[in-house]
Amino acid sequence: MGDENNKADNESMVQSLDPKQRSRRDFLEGAGTTAVLGAAIPVLGVSTVHAQQGSATASATSTIRLTVNGQSRTVEVGDNWTLAELLRDQLDLTGTKIGCNRSECGACTVIMNGKPVYSCSQLAVWADGAEITTVEGLAQNGQLSPLQQSFVDNNGPQCGFCTPGQLMTATALLANNPSPDSDQVKQALVGNLCRCSNYNAIVEAVVMAGEKQGAVA
Amino acid sequence: MKALTNINANSLEEAVQAAQRARSQGKSVFYSGGGTDLLQQIKDGTADADVIINLRTVEDGGFIDRGESGTVIGGLITLDQLSEAVLAPGFKVLSEAAASVATPQIRNVATLAGNVTQRPWCWYYRNGFNCYKAGGDQCFSVVGENQQHAIFGGGPSFIVHPSDVAPALVALNASYITTGPDGERTLSADEFFIRPSQDPGRENSLIDDELLASISIPSLPSTAVSTYHKIMDREAWTHAEVSVAAVLELSNNEIQRASIVLGGVATIPWRLSVVEEFLQGRQLDANTAQQAGELAIADAQPLSKNAYKLPMTSAAVERTLLSLIAG
Repeated sequence: MGDENNKADNESMVQSLDPKQRSRRDFLEGAGTTAVLGAAIPVLGVSTVHAQQGSATASATSTIRLTVNGQSRTVEVGDNWTLAELLRDQLDLTGTKIGCNRSECGACTVIMNGKPVYSCSQLAVWADGAEITTVEGLAQNGQLSPLQQSFVDNNGPQCGFCTPGQLMTATALLANNPSPDSDQVKQALVGNLCRCSNYNAIVEAVVMAGEKQGAVA
Repeated sequence: MKALTNINANSLEEAVQAAQRARSQGKSVFYSGGGTDLLQQIKDGTADADVIINLRTVEDGGFIDRGESGTVIGGLITLDQLSEAVLAPGFKVLSEAAASVATPQIRNVATLAGNVTQRPWCWYYRNGFNCYKAGGDQCFSVVGENQQHAIFGGGPSFIVHPSDVAPALVALNASYITTGPDGERTLSADEFFIRPSQDPGRENSLIDDELLASISIPSLPSTAVSTYHKIMDREAWTHAEVSVAAVLELSNNEIQRASIVLGGVATIPWRLSVVEEFLQGRQLDANTAQQAGELAIADAQPLSKNAYKLPMTSAAVERTLLSLIAG
């Protein structure tokens, strides 16, 4: 996929899977299989079980190149990994959540080439060449994005689990429509469920972010 | 997810060749457009893919060719692109149907061809029951929970065809252009969509390794109006309880020709020929709309728990026609 000129560059940037850099999730998964933390397994949820099953059988792998939050990455991925698994388990970008893992809840929403998509329902290999923005990419220089600030100001999050997904869908909306009305926000966010049912505050937060953005401009 | 191999295809021909190669090695092969539903089926175990042929890498798979006699649309156009595309006014039914599917996140990757050829959403099939659709020899809805099953065209399977876009295409008299091991075929709706009585395991006549390449829609006179009306059990993010795709050619509010196709209630996109004949030559008004609604369910055969769909279907047809008055 990469051309010859960039080959050396790519190789130096291949994500190392250094065991010393294992995430908390990796640790828990490993510990779970030894049954030492057996009781913790149900807490890990369905996606973890699937990830374990996947890695137990050899799957084909592919080397892909993608841009994540402005940073170019070259990674070797299992053909059976989802984009959400790549982001969370390999790139340690755990802000992206896996809720239903079946494109129903929206917690895993990331922006792919300018459009919100469910990262649980894309294979990582399909993201070859793509530009991905996750919730970690919203704040700039330690400064929350206006939308994030508006979520804080308007109590957008309750438990907070759906918040990264809500933020990504709303960020994509605001990029196309800088000051949406509440109906447009509701339409854009139909694919992001909130189990706390905090929809009014979420819609308000997005509308307010748009209004503020308009006032500044 | 289970172990699998992804193959990127640069063209549909390359995709078909890759699929044939994998199949000859005894592998189970699936094409993937947006892949949303496919991955869900693989995770659930209702689709057992060894090889996925990724069609996102096909160049210009979502083309739109606007010609004098009609419009040809590449099967890989996303539903988002289709809903935003500038098409002739009479094709509004198609963009509205595309916009009514699922959620923005799904429409951003889901394709026209994928929506038309997706597997049914019957809760027995989707939950691993060994029914006709899974290769078994019974339909569990017959004596089971059949609230969401077919009132038209059922037997021996009673699934409803899940596509929103398909009723719109049928209402527009589209043709279905396929690419496969034997080359290209152009099929009418009657040839493409198949009833369970023809083969209860399938919803369309695509053969192994064949895919839906593009859709050809004949041009409409400038007097044509159209719309898609979808009734759901909640306001968003689900399949139709019933939907109506309507295309009318009008002259001074008199209906010259009507094309009315139902979604969500039949095993294939369901053309209401009796209603179409009734409408021809009549004034489009409230009285006509109401009678058309009543006629719409004349041939319905409800199961034990889905008779609620009858008045719903009548109302949907009536409302759809009313919405086209002076539209």
